[in-house]
Amino acid sequence: MQNSISYRIADFLKRYPPFSSLLKSELESLSTEVAIVYKEKRALVFDLDEKPHDHFYVVHKGAIGLWNMKENVVLDVCDEGDLFGLRPLMAHDTYRLQAIAEEESILYAIPIAVFEPMIKSNIRVNDFLVESFASNTRNPYAKIDKGQLLGDTASFNPSTSGPPLLDVQLVEYSKNITSSVAEETIETLAKKMTAKGIGAMLIEKDGLPIGIITDKDIRNKIATGQYPITAKAEAIMSSPVITYPTQLTVTQAQMAMMKSNISHLILTADGTTNTKAIGILSKHDVMLSLGNNPAVLVKAIKRAKLFEEITPLRKGVMNLLRGYLDQNIPMALTSKIISELNDVCIKQVVKLALKKMPSAPKVKFAWLAMGSQGRSEQLLHTDQDNALLFENVPEEEFKATQDYFLQLAKYITEGLNIIGYEYCPADMMGSNPKWCTSLSGFQKMTSKWIRNTGPEEVLLSTIFFDYNHVYGDENLTKELSESILKNITAYPIFLSHLASNALMNPSPTGFFRQFLIEQDGEYKDFFDLKKRALMPLIDAARVLILSHHITGISNTWERFEKLAELRPKSAALFMACGYAMKALLKFRTKQGLLHNDSGRYISLTALSKEEKMKLKRTFKTIKEVQELLNIRFMVSRVR
Amino acid sequence: MISRRKKEYPDYWNEYEASFYNGLSKNVGNVNFVVLDTETTGFDVKRDRILSIGALRIKNGTINVRESFEVFIEQKHFDEKTVAIHGILKKGKVKQVSELEGLKRLLCLLKNAVLIAHHVGFDVGMLNQALKRNGLPKLKNRTLDTAVLYNRSLPQREQKINGHFTLDELAAKFDISTTDRHTALGDAYITGIAFLHILSKLKPASTQNLLKRDRFSGFWRPF
Repeated sequence: MQNSISYRIADFLKRYPPFSSLLKSELESLSTEVAIVYKEKRALVFDLDEKPHDHFYVVHKGAIGLWNMKENVVLDVCDEGDLFGLRPLMAHDTYRLQAIAEEESILYAIPIAVFEPMIKSNIRVNDFLVESFASNTRNPYAKIDKGQLLGDTASFNPSTSGPPLLDVQLVEYSKNITSSVAEETIETLAKKMTAKGIGAMLIEKDGLPIGIITDKDIRNKIATGQYPITAKAEAIMSSPVITYPTQLTVTQAQMAMMKSNISHLILTADGTTNTKAIGILSKHDVMLSLGNNPAVLVKAIKRAKLFEEITPLRKGVMNLLRGYLDQNIPMALTSKIISELNDVCIKQVVKLALKKMPSAPKVKFAWLAMGSQGRSEQLLHTDQDNALLFENVPEEEFKATQDYFLQLAKYITEGLNIIGYEYCPADMMGSNPKWCTSLSGFQKMTSKWIRNTGPEEVLLSTIFFDYNHVYGDENLTKELSESILKNITAYPIFLSHLASNALMNPSPTGFFRQFLIEQDGEYKDFFDLKKRALMPLIDAARVLILSHHITGISNTWERFEKLAELRPKSAALFMACGYAMKALLKFRTKQGLLHNDSGRYISLTALSKEEKMKLKRTFKTIKEVQELLNIRFMVSRVR
Repeated sequence: MISRRKKEYPDYWNEYEASFYNGLSKNVGNVNFVVLDTETTGFDVKRDRILSIGALRIKNGTINVRESFEVFIEQKHFDEKTVAIHGILKKGKVKQVSELEGLKRLLCLLKNAVLIAHHVGFDVGMLNQALKRNGLPKLKNRTLDTAVLYNRSLPQREQKINGHFTLDELAAKFDISTTDRHTALGDAYITGIAFLHILSKLKPASTQNLLKRDRFSGFWRPF
């Protein structure tokens, strides 16, 4: 019989597939048979090879990790509304995975005996389950990031990001197909094409593509007098049509056109002529796509003779970014390409600035990017943080040398401003004498921070220590890194200060995973993604990597990947941190593109359930790495 | 008084009583807990009456919906002021049963379980009065008060001297939806989930440890 509790359960279940497809009466009878199960953090739900329970589970609150015990990896984390533990019941098999509560959780245990008849009688429920078992995801209806947090797949290997760059970009084709039938006369056909301003006409029979007529056919076969203008379309059409599936990359499309020496490709549902035409792709479309191609952009940027010429090219970079995010290309790869393009832009700005100088520099120098740019995590435009480091010179020449480089840095920062980087409000730029000095000047400054650390020094360190060499003499940068490491080894307490700073930003969720939102100010009731989610991870990666005496890796997830390699015992956590970082950065970038801002502040009400869940999954990792910092660096000692 | 103890009681009472021959398991995971809530016409144990009883059983962290129940009781005594809170009209549309029938169903689920309620003293007081009206003895169950337990689960500095926490405070703390607040079973559910959260914080070594009385036990206040 229905009661307040079963109503609650039915109310919850009906929001999630496959229960959303159940009849009201089915849902009611199902909900009265449910058991509500409470699991403490780290409690076992079922074990590998355990005999199947007589019920499967739906997560009501909390999160359940599904572990592959053989490889000791988490395969999936189920949260609110996710279903698990059903397959073994259907297949009369033992559990292949171990299910452990990743946090305090409440589960609904649904008896298979009650649910099974509903699967059989309800085709949509059946389809959902078949699809989800086949695709091995919990929710095949969630097309975005299907079953994976990042859309990273084995076939995408960021380390081979050289030549295949061109090949990840999908072609943009026209979905607006104009078609005709084989019996149409050439005259009517040509008039139609002229009216619509198109260069090719698809010929269909029973809704399937059978031929194509292009401008070239009309020129070669009609204008030459080979066929009269009254001839039927079938007389001159190219048949059969060459068809491809819609998931075609730019390179594939180019190859296809070259191979068959044709100017148009017809894209069909399954890539053969047996299915309906979905799109048409012309050589012109391919050329346009190529314009948004990283390699082409790089060439154009390198050809730029004025700062102003780079500005529109950076718009192309933004379009590329948008396209990559839409196509769900792995974040590590996306970020690498975009960062490299940004890098090329900055290098070109430095080169152009050097040309503006009356003379070539007398001593070696290096241009460093700091902050998010240094970490290669700057996908959307943000502020410029940079520094100029030059070779040690005799004291009497210092002033003249610094003046020379200050002038250069001024040109560079102006150039960067022209191409779209805002000036740094805190004046952390190479045009500021403080950030434009000799190697020994930087060595003295950083050693002071490390030996005598206050809040100001910590803040400066967090920005400066993510520097990345952009232009000039790399040995200078290396030498600076080495002296910093030496100092840190001598003064390990500095790391505790850094760790303490990393813990300053409170974790993103309160008890039981409510989001902590801003309490006051301009962004009251917004969630500060940068402060609460990104910064804790960035700060943690920095202090941990410095504690291992490693410089030269400034990107946060690459730092975590390195840490996972160095500390196999905590590898799972560090990999999770890397993933979380990528997911959050992608999230921020998408939000930023959507709202045309930095993506930093997020209105929670505007997020879908799925987006919120994705965010929450990363928060757990943040909490864990903060706990690790607390223990490892004995933060309470310096607080 | 002595003669009353020898009085013949109906079978369901004898069954209820017999269940106490077996003591409680030392292992908390094996103990039956029954979480209940009563909605009443007011807060005077002697004068006011029970309008509905909601109860559910928890064993080993699991609540079976099938074992939960809610009954609405016919009452002559009626206080208009409390109707606003519970929304239970004296002659509502819901099916009502006699007070005795409601008690029978509760005893049947209850047996020797540990009885849990938010401000348990009040619910037990109301139930004992109802039992007395129907010629039955008092409840024999060990009891736990979620308000007291919650206080105990907090760090020292957050504890309240009077141990007074409302069910709404607990619901907010543990993020439990209060959509069906002020129905007996709805409140029992909130109390039950809150109890599970508290239990995982307290991690009592044994059942006896959980049941140990502290200075707040038995304390209750309306609302």
